[in-house]
Amino acid sequence: MTPAERKILHDDSGVGEALERMSREIVQFAGGTDHLVLVGIQRRGSDLAERLCRMIAEAEGATVPLGVMDITLYRDDLQTIGPRPVVGETRLPVDLDDRWVMIVDDVLFTGRTIRAALDQLADFGRPARIGLCVLVDRGGRELPIQADIVGLKVDAQSSDRVDVLVTELDGRDAVELVHGGNT
Amino acid sequence: MTVPTLGKDLLGLEPLTKEQIQLILDTAEPFKEVSERTIKKVPALRGKTIVNLFFEPSTRTRISFEFAEKRLSADTVNVAAAGSAVEKGENLVDTARNLEAMRIDMVVMRHPSSGAAKFLAERIRSNVINGGDGTHEHPTQALLDMLTIRDKFGKLDGLKVCICGDITHSRVARSNIWGLRKLGAEVAVCGPQSLMPGGIEGLGVTVFRRIEEAIEWADVLNILRLQLERMKAGYIPSLREYYRVFGVTLERLEKAPRDLLILHPGPMNRGVEIDSRVADGPHSVILEQVTNGVAVRMAVLYLLAGGRPELAEAAKGSGREGEE
Repeated sequence: MTPAERKILHDDSGVGEALERMSREIVQFAGGTDHLVLVGIQRRGSDLAERLCRMIAEAEGATVPLGVMDITLYRDDLQTIGPRPVVGETRLPVDLDDRWVMIVDDVLFTGRTIRAALDQLADFGRPARIGLCVLVDRGGRELPIQADIVGLKVDAQSSDRVDVLVTELDGRDAVELVHGGNT
Repeated sequence: MTVPTLGKDLLGLEPLTKEQIQLILDTAEPFKEVSERTIKKVPALRGKTIVNLFFEPSTRTRISFEFAEKRLSADTVNVAAAGSAVEKGENLVDTARNLEAMRIDMVVMRHPSSGAAKFLAERIRSNVINGGDGTHEHPTQALLDMLTIRDKFGKLDGLKVCICGDITHSRVARSNIWGLRKLGAEVAVCGPQSLMPGGIEGLGVTVFRRIEEAIEWADVLNILRLQLERMKAGYIPSLREYYRVFGVTLERLEKAPRDLLILHPGPMNRGVEIDSRVADGPHSVILEQVTNGVAVRMAVLYLLAGGRPELAEAAKGSGREGEE
């Protein structure tokens, strides 16, 4: 792939502002921090969840429990795409019963990852409510799933790929569109 | 990034590359956590049918495979040679073809003949996992041994592992030698001359005749079960004599220059190949091996179930999230 096909939609300041706003909306959504738990979807969702946790801690002076979840084993496409080489860690530090669980992911596209995440959460407990918070909603849903909190909306064709880059893994924050990248 | 795949079957560690063995060990890591959950089950192999075909008695390996299969949501059937059509003289291929006619997906097989797993794999479409074939290989046992050692030392490269006991009849020894050597460990074997196959040095291992030398050299001892029939067959004079000369005792270990990690594939003969104080001691990881066995087998089942690269190519892109 040549660099020309890649377009930066949002740089680090755009991503930073979006995350700030999302952190405030999460607290509003949960009516405070008392019963809130953030659960990041591996891998970039867990980095974003960790940052949102820090922002909430600074603004509210409260520590919100942070979990991470790898949904690979709950996917519906093992047969067709083959196994993921490395299944990531799943670690939920608190009992989810009666909590307000906010799922955090980087990109919402078909909704299949979130379907898998909901199935997996149900095997871990019975939260009072589950919400969904994504940095980027790019449209293209294949399931009736919507986010409660969206950082950035991106118009993308189904053949495009939307990449979220995070400093922790990629050395910088950005949202980029790769034309024809989803083939 | 090219990721290795396992192909259709797991027949042994000899045919695998270093990267394939590492893939299995790395994939086993997250599966450990699944067994710690309240609901010890994930849907990864939902709808798959797996037959555990055991032509030799086995408790640990069969149960471990069965737990692994059930925790991945596969449907399983156990077939033991006793009481089945095998007793009526049906041959192996006919048995397997009949099972396949019922639309199964995978077979885990233990068989007394070396090469039986390969023979079967070449004749049926289902994935075949070798659960031990004669004196040839027992790949999942070696993989769980390697995972347990890697957990403790954080690596296998450069470690000194000595396999002790009946090397001649041991498929566990052979699989361990192949796997450990590929991952960069130094491997030695130690046991009575009567139970040491000629030319074993050709596999790149050091041979110790005295257990004291092995203990002085090694970081890890993998102590094999002495099958009691070996005494009747005249390979060793008596169990007491075996313990006196080759038994891994606390007194012998106390003379070692370092603490040795102690493995045993089970079931143990306490007071024959291993001292109870060693088996239950602080450096024994014998029960961790059993725990890791389930995780390793889950990893193998998972990797074989999805290893269809041609389908992967065709379906790439559809139904996948944007970041992939």
